[in-house]
Amino acid sequence: MFNKFDVLETIDMIEREHLDIRTITMGISLLPYIRETAESTAAAVYEAVCRKAKDIVKVASQLSGEFGIPIVNKRVSVTPVSLICAAFPQEAPRVGQALDAAAKELGIDFLGGYSALVHKGTADYEKIFLESIPELLSTTERVCSSVNVASSKSGINMDAVRLMGEIVKRTAEATRAQDGLGCAKLVVFANAVEDNPFMAGAFHGVGESGTVINVGVSGPGVVKHALENIPDANLNDAAEMIKRTAFKITRAGQLIAKEAAKRLDAEFGIVDLSLAPTPVMGDSVAHILEELGLECVGGHGTTAALAMLNDAVKKGGVMASSHVGGLSGAFIPVSEDIGMIEAADRGMLNIDKLEAMTAVCSVGLDMIAIPGDTPATTISAIIADEAAIGMINNKTTAVRVIPVPGKDVGDSVEFGGLLGRAPIMPVHKTDSSRFVLRGGRIPAPIHSNKN
Amino acid sequence: MRAVVTVTGKDKKGIIAKVSSFLAEKGVNVEDISQTILQEYFAMIMLVDISEMTVELSELSKECEQLGKEIGMSIRLQHEAIFNAMHNI
Repeated sequence: MFNKFDVLETIDMIEREHLDIRTITMGISLLPYIRETAESTAAAVYEAVCRKAKDIVKVASQLSGEFGIPIVNKRVSVTPVSLICAAFPQEAPRVGQALDAAAKELGIDFLGGYSALVHKGTADYEKIFLESIPELLSTTERVCSSVNVASSKSGINMDAVRLMGEIVKRTAEATRAQDGLGCAKLVVFANAVEDNPFMAGAFHGVGESGTVINVGVSGPGVVKHALENIPDANLNDAAEMIKRTAFKITRAGQLIAKEAAKRLDAEFGIVDLSLAPTPVMGDSVAHILEELGLECVGGHGTTAALAMLNDAVKKGGVMASSHVGGLSGAFIPVSEDIGMIEAADRGMLNIDKLEAMTAVCSVGLDMIAIPGDTPATTISAIIADEAAIGMINNKTTAVRVIPVPGKDVGDSVEFGGLLGRAPIMPVHKTDSSRFVLRGGRIPAPIHSNKN
Repeated sequence: MRAVVTVTGKDKKGIIAKVSSFLAEKGVNVEDISQTILQEYFAMIMLVDISEMTVELSELSKECEQLGKEIGMSIRLQHEAIFNAMHNI
């Protein structure tokens, strides 16, 4: 018989503290479905995705019932579409449309992989592909796009950074009627990972197997609750508590991941140990930091508290899973975290502090609404800053900002659902265009020369 | 194959009888029961054998939830693996 306190603890975690499996993501390689033309490729891709993932929703619901733990999202990631469409890049949106149709057929909310990897250089076909992103994101509902523009090994492709500033602006404009919602489905990465299960940045790397199940766990509420029980503990003990909690959460994720892989006839890939917040009360990473003793996230001490949280989550999680991957750390998407929204509303959290925070946690400037008249070159400069942090620190960083058309500081934007709400955050008005327009490539740092 | 049934809520008469007769109807055998009452809060944990259950596990878990609503308690049935994973190394 189990210890009754253990049993009740699990029940409490699920019922009161929002413990859930955030996503089961099936990675599917599209390389075998490249055909002579875009039309036949789109048909083959649609058929393959629908066939391989046909049971994903059903299996997730079964597992959720059997183990009594909610499984929030079911998703699919695919090989970067720029590679699939390299022979006919002008027609890449046709494949994107097929993927959107497949996502609808499967009943999943997002499918990731309208992506390109251009961290060292942008081939002609990739440039054409990148130009198609705004149109694709405005004409599809569920397809997500990501572009890797830098890596620790190859430096920062500043030509791609410059272009992506424009692509972000055009995407916002193309989805003006929805307050630039398209940009919520577009991530610009440095050191993108090939097995990330979380949207919008998920894609299925070329080094991956044919069909893989990656699982993202979550549980900011569980961590916060655990810390509430030790309000006066020193930081050694607080870190230890976070580790132990992350261990338990991840073990649940590992169990679901293995079982899901078995039932969906796929390989078990990784468990991503991220603490992913939602806009729901009690599911906030910001509130964990405040529980550690900060009056408000964004104040001095935030970076240190986040560094500790991120590291403790990794340490606890690594012990609990046979394969850890993806982004694995704390997420700080502003619009998706009620504590971050409140801090931004009060003017306590700004883009500069967020940038510092991205140096010690798992992602980057995420879901930040900025004024619609922000120049493309300024967005490129923001991307370059984040890429530099990622490149130098050997970590993944990303930029997902939304220049909301027609809105300015003081306004707020509502994306709804998991994407949440965001007050428009000011960006620096100084001109960075001369730097951005230089183009070229920022060389890889000296410590990347490890061979 | 075993599962854990947890019943929580305000204490009242006949909870064990209702839950165990429901489980018996579904071919589920109760192996162990532990119950606690803290103030008026009732918490019962049952370890049950589900190898001869007559419905699918996810269906059974839904029906337990339904029964819980009927008798005004919260009833959950979960495969034991989740507790093993989270609390045993």
